[in-house]
Amino acid sequence: MEEQTVVTAESVPGESGPENKSGSPAVVEMIHLKKSFDNVPVLRDINLTVQKGENLVVLGKSGTGKSVLIKCIVGLIDHDYGKLSIFGEDTAQLSEKQLVETRRKIGFLFQSGALYDSMSVRENLGFPLRRQQDSIPKEEMDSLIKEALENVGLAKAIDKTPAELSGGMRKRLGLARTLILKPQIMLYDEPTTGLDPITSKEISKLILEVQKKYDTSSVIITHDMECARLTADRVIVIKDGMCEVEGSFDELKNSTDPWIRSFFE
Amino acid sequence: MEPKIKIRIITREKIQEDFLASIFGKFFIEVTSLAMFTLRFFKEVWKPPYELNELLKQSFLVGYKSFPLVAITGFIIGLVLTIQSRPTLAKFGAVSMLPAMVAVSLIREIGPVITALIFAGKVGSGIGAELASMKVTEQIDAMQVSGTNPFKYLVVTRVLASTVMLPLLVVLADAVGLMGSFVGVNLKGNVSASFFFQEVFQSLDFNDVLPAIVKTFFFGFAIGLIGCYKGYYANTGTEGVGKAANAAVVFASLMVFIIDMIAVQLTSVLQY
Repeated sequence: MEEQTVVTAESVPGESGPENKSGSPAVVEMIHLKKSFDNVPVLRDINLTVQKGENLVVLGKSGTGKSVLIKCIVGLIDHDYGKLSIFGEDTAQLSEKQLVETRRKIGFLFQSGALYDSMSVRENLGFPLRRQQDSIPKEEMDSLIKEALENVGLAKAIDKTPAELSGGMRKRLGLARTLILKPQIMLYDEPTTGLDPITSKEISKLILEVQKKYDTSSVIITHDMECARLTADRVIVIKDGMCEVEGSFDELKNSTDPWIRSFFE
Repeated sequence: MEPKIKIRIITREKIQEDFLASIFGKFFIEVTSLAMFTLRFFKEVWKPPYELNELLKQSFLVGYKSFPLVAITGFIIGLVLTIQSRPTLAKFGAVSMLPAMVAVSLIREIGPVITALIFAGKVGSGIGAELASMKVTEQIDAMQVSGTNPFKYLVVTRVLASTVMLPLLVVLADAVGLMGSFVGVNLKGNVSASFFFQEVFQSLDFNDVLPAIVKTFFFGFAIGLIGCYKGYYANTGTEGVGKAANAAVVFASLMVFIIDMIAVQLTSVLQY
């Protein structure tokens, strides 16, 4: 992880972030967030909030910084400027230990699944459990693994290796591995990319089930409009590293702006 | 109006200057980056958790799994060295010196260096390719997200395993190499095992064995570290995996020779 000095928006006079319109507590809040790579700005000025229990879908053309946005939330990438709060705490003010603790409440479903090739399905699920609870009894671990696999319909694949699984099964296993730690925030990086329409729909339904069952807040990055329609409570569209427009799926679908409409056609 | 055409004259000297700046710039960036990586290793190695299970697993993979290859190579080297040396020694009527000569060259130099080069080819490239492929498929990121320090889990364990296992492999390769030499001596002669090994051990002393073993710890450390460094910082894409594996072998092999050269100089300064 890069170590950089983060300038918070609070230190900039006259600048403030987005208002929390719904009144429910914001689990993620970004104020004037900026990130550049080799002096090329990717995120120019991101302001957004994610409320508790909300599914926020992020749309945008490829290369507009959507993945960078969620990697900033989980701490895989450090932002250059602005304020990022998770569960109301400014990440710039937290110690390394507090940051690790905060980030343990965040789950991340990678685009590729990011399954550990050298481990079986059981070991893939057991790995994050063992890392977080050193002395977890074997029986309890087995029971949690079985429950997680049943939740995603993969109970029979417990002794297989990731190489033996199809694309959809790998995505579901990736989701199970993330959910086993019962995160309060879920970040999905293109969860349906490369899947057939039926499997995509299954994954979208799974995202909704996760939201209902665990009351998680989610940020879903997708190019799949069917996935966005099924899962979104709110949609934002990123253009040139900024949040261009925000609204419900239907509001954006009926937008008069031809550029926004082009996403839905 | 005629369009203005800008002509930029690039001299041969300028091209050479840019080329050298680029080469030296890359070299120094690489050296600095490797030094930072090494410092990070020494910073992380003392901190808990110590990842003992992964360390044992890696020791098994880099040590036990390399033994057949190292043993076969060691046997052949001992055999061939004996067969090739016999005619020269025979010219001077010194065939009886064959076990001693082979033992000294095998234990001091050939055993450690050849084993380290095989180790670099097998283990260094394996580590480079494994970590690079984990990076490309975001497995390292996934590890970090799940609250694991990937540097400790992946790099520290592999470097320690390489550092500890290579000396053991060298000792085994030396032993098997001496057996190969015994077979080589008996292809054109009739020497008993007790006489052969008595000659071998009489020719060796502490100053032959200890420096040869000590330097293999450095070989193992360099091979593990370079393999991990090349894999950990591999470029994304499948091309990056191939390049990381290749670069790991090339740089690790080069480092083996550089460390060997330094070790030989140091040994000779300290002994004489």
